[in-house]
Amino acid sequence: MKYEAIIGMEVHAQILTASKMFCGCSADYASAPPNTHVCPVCLGMPGVLPVINQAAVEATILTGLALNCTIPEFSKFDRKNYPYPDLPKGYQISQYDLPLCINGWLEIDLGGTKKRIGIRRVHLEEDTGKLIHEEDGSLIDFNRAGVPLMEIVSEADMRSAEEAWLYLTKLRTILRYLGVSTGNMEEGAMRCEANVSVRPLGSKEFGTKVEVKNLNSFRAVRQAIAYEIERQTKLLQEGKRVHQVTMGWDEHRHRTVFQRSKEFAEDYRYFPEPDLPPLELSREFVQEIRSRLPELPDAKRERFIAQYGIKGDDAALLVEERATADYFERAVAAAQKQITPQTIANWIVGEIFRLLRENTTEISSIKVSPEQLIELLKLIQEGTINATVGKEVLDEMFATGKSAQAIVKEKGLTQISDEEQLRQFVQEALAKNPKPLQQYLAGKEAVLGFFIGQVMRATRGQANVHVVRKLLQEELDKYKNKE
Amino acid sequence: MELYELTIAQAHELLQKREISSVELTRSVLQRIETVETKIKAYLRITPEEALAQAEKADQRRAQGEDNPLLGIPLAIKDVLCTKGVETTCGSRILQGFVPPFDATVVAKLRELGSVLLGKTNTDEFAMGSSTENSGFFTTHNPWNLEHVPGGSSGGSAAAVAADECLGALGTDTGGSIRQPAAFCGIAGLKPTYGRVSRYGLVAFASSLDQAGPLCKDVKDCAILLQAIAGHDPKDSTSANLSVPNFVEALQPDVKGMRLGVPKEYFTEGIDAKVAEAVHAALDVWAELGAEIVEVSLPHTEYALPVYYIIAPAEASANLARYDGVRYGYSYPEAKDIWDAYRKTREIGFGAEVKRRIMLGTYALSAGYYDAYYLKAQKVRTLIKEDFDRAYQQCDAIIAPTTPMPAFRIGERVDDPLQMYLGDIFTLSLNLAGVCGISIPCGFADGLPVGVQILGDAYDETTILRVAYAYEQATEWHLQKPPL
Ligand SMILES: [Zn+2]
Repeated sequence: MKYEAIIGMEVHAQILTASKMFCGCSADYASAPPNTHVCPVCLGMPGVLPVINQAAVEATILTGLALNCTIPEFSKFDRKNYPYPDLPKGYQISQYDLPLCINGWLEIDLGGTKKRIGIRRVHLEEDTGKLIHEEDGSLIDFNRAGVPLMEIVSEADMRSAEEAWLYLTKLRTILRYLGVSTGNMEEGAMRCEANVSVRPLGSKEFGTKVEVKNLNSFRAVRQAIAYEIERQTKLLQEGKRVHQVTMGWDEHRHRTVFQRSKEFAEDYRYFPEPDLPPLELSREFVQEIRSRLPELPDAKRERFIAQYGIKGDDAALLVEERATADYFERAVAAAQKQITPQTIANWIVGEIFRLLRENTTEISSIKVSPEQLIELLKLIQEGTINATVGKEVLDEMFATGKSAQAIVKEKGLTQISDEEQLRQFVQEALAKNPKPLQQYLAGKEAVLGFFIGQVMRATRGQANVHVVRKLLQEELDKYKNKE
Repeated sequence: MELYELTIAQAHELLQKREISSVELTRSVLQRIETVETKIKAYLRITPEEALAQAEKADQRRAQGEDNPLLGIPLAIKDVLCTKGVETTCGSRILQGFVPPFDATVVAKLRELGSVLLGKTNTDEFAMGSSTENSGFFTTHNPWNLEHVPGGSSGGSAAAVAADECLGALGTDTGGSIRQPAAFCGIAGLKPTYGRVSRYGLVAFASSLDQAGPLCKDVKDCAILLQAIAGHDPKDSTSANLSVPNFVEALQPDVKGMRLGVPKEYFTEGIDAKVAEAVHAALDVWAELGAEIVEVSLPHTEYALPVYYIIAPAEASANLARYDGVRYGYSYPEAKDIWDAYRKTREIGFGAEVKRRIMLGTYALSAGYYDAYYLKAQKVRTLIKEDFDRAYQQCDAIIAPTTPMPAFRIGERVDDPLQMYLGDIFTLSLNLAGVCGISIPCGFADGLPVGVQILGDAYDETTILRVAYAYEQATEWHLQKPPL
């Protein structure tokens, strides 16, 4: 029998706001010593009250709009009750039945075919503190407690680990485009849980749902879901039952492991947060936020193809990060039509990406400005330097931030087109390599390439290939005539 | 007349005229505390040194030309309001040792005005109770009869005012906790409209019901103290962003042509005959002053008690979850693990009534019961609010007894929580409706004070203050002093 997997995702993303969700503490705690970004409010002291961070509400609505959600006119916060030492109040302020955003979708690209993954809801809540387990006890760092967090819940529309991975990647791209979250899974700024079930293909009923947690990277998401699908399918094939449990991904053993049973639903005793008035979201307010929506990756990719005539694959790579897309467009503008957009795209996707990868850095912190890149490409196009030298120059620009002109001048890398100068190199190359010369004279014309290479090496790549080729022909003709 | 007997307004006048200093006044009150406190036990904590230092500072400010009605006035603060640097326990052992690093907004406002803070007054644990018998530390005694309760939960504040152990005090009212002890102790106590006063730093019992308010020797002092603490607070999103009227200026002893409503549901069986008599006599006074007495109906009154005992405990069950011994207060020292620590800390730290209400609330919010209890209660709450809206279309204020009977004996009701809850039937509706009310003394029953409530519409404190003030000007109940 054939089986199909049903996958739904719950993603938590920390929102990039200056302050926490309900107090004035800085939400940027990454490098702060433990318990330094805290106040009576986020420590849950007696008598304190929450005040809604407007920026977090707006960021959540912006995300909802980017995910094609409906923004209801009325929303509210609720208390989710559960005891845990990292939860200072003993309840989390979250949203239960009236989230900020509902009924949206996100499109993924399955090798050419597009598929919509439903977004059930996006709601706003507060993060918890962090437990640090030591040998003789546990410590709590409340710096993270109260950091704004949005939860994005998908419909169970995904059918494979690949789809789940594509969904997550796309979601992160959108969050980063909006500037609402770093989407960094390794640092915990984006956390994800997958609900996985398997059923016989064609069946209308759902199988037993298993929650998969501890997914700390995109790779882990893909591997864990694939593993879980296989595990459940095998169970069903053997006529066994899938139990409703929470499984955790074991990064080292590459398998999901049992965490706890979910046969009995936990009762969080949600009720409306009496400390916060309900949110009335006027249409004008929502419209104002909608007007802040940037061009999203899909639209941008289509535009790049249409407007600049670049290849689809290159466009897709360029729009993955908004900063890269912006970099490309600035470069195109700086080129003033003297360099083709495809040439620019090639250099970014090829050389710039290589340098970023090799130096594990991001385009946002690159020293080479788009204008400087164009200056380099013009030097190549004009023939001042050739492409090989160009790549070396770019390396230097990347490392030092110096302009291409300056580097070329400093290192004397200008292309040599002077015939007198080059003729010497050509004659030398022919004189030093009698054997290939004989071969050439015997009619093996491909040896010409060998001689070009010799001249290029001798001139440290600075020789103008066209001139070298012409001179070689002339010199070789002389040999031929002598014979 | 001793200085400690002065009202806030009287003391202010003498301070203004430089006839007395704040230090003299504060010394007199501290002396009074020393004399009577062993009998009354109104305070959980007295801070005489801080008080005298504040008094000195107030005198300096006054010498520099500053003046306001609370500058240099010694006041007491109920222990559910956070005071920076002064232990705040809410009458609970679980908060023993907790010293807030911040002031409640109401306390901060008093400090800014230069009031002298004498200490923290006793309360039923987390304001849950009607007698201070649920205090984790001791029971306060009624100054009029030491064998009787002072009421609660602001019983410490009420007794302190009645016994002249302060000139005025702050209390909190969730279901009657200012008005009922004010009635029991023969003083004036005002519960402002929900949203009129900031709740920041008021340790939450039931967030949608709690309000801080004044307990004073007379109505004018209530107006002065309310003026000081009222107003929008950006730290409290449920505080109303409305301008605050001048409550003191509004005190006109004139009720001619005003319509005062009497809800028929409040004069039923179960009300003490002498209490009913005193309240009816008060109605006669207002009638003589030219007010028109009209009958009104608050038909959902009988549901107020059950609705209150679902909503308040439900909110409390969440509000009290933070007392886990991890960050502050009492923490069981020999726990095996975190769950054991939670269990033992709460088992030892909380008293019986608090545990009872946490259980009630947890039950009411549980899956499968939420709709039948919490949701239903919220719907009935709306009906109760609509009762008041309708009534205020027919009258300017509502007159009702504050409690069905005067202060009961200490120990008389501790074993019967339901009987205890029933004592609050006349005060609960007001909190559920979110409107305002003031209780003032209107007579005695068997040597114990009787209170009458004047209930007003939302944000209409000026009307109830005026009605109360007119009555007070025409009578002398507020001038009576307990025989201590
Ligand atoms: Zn904070």
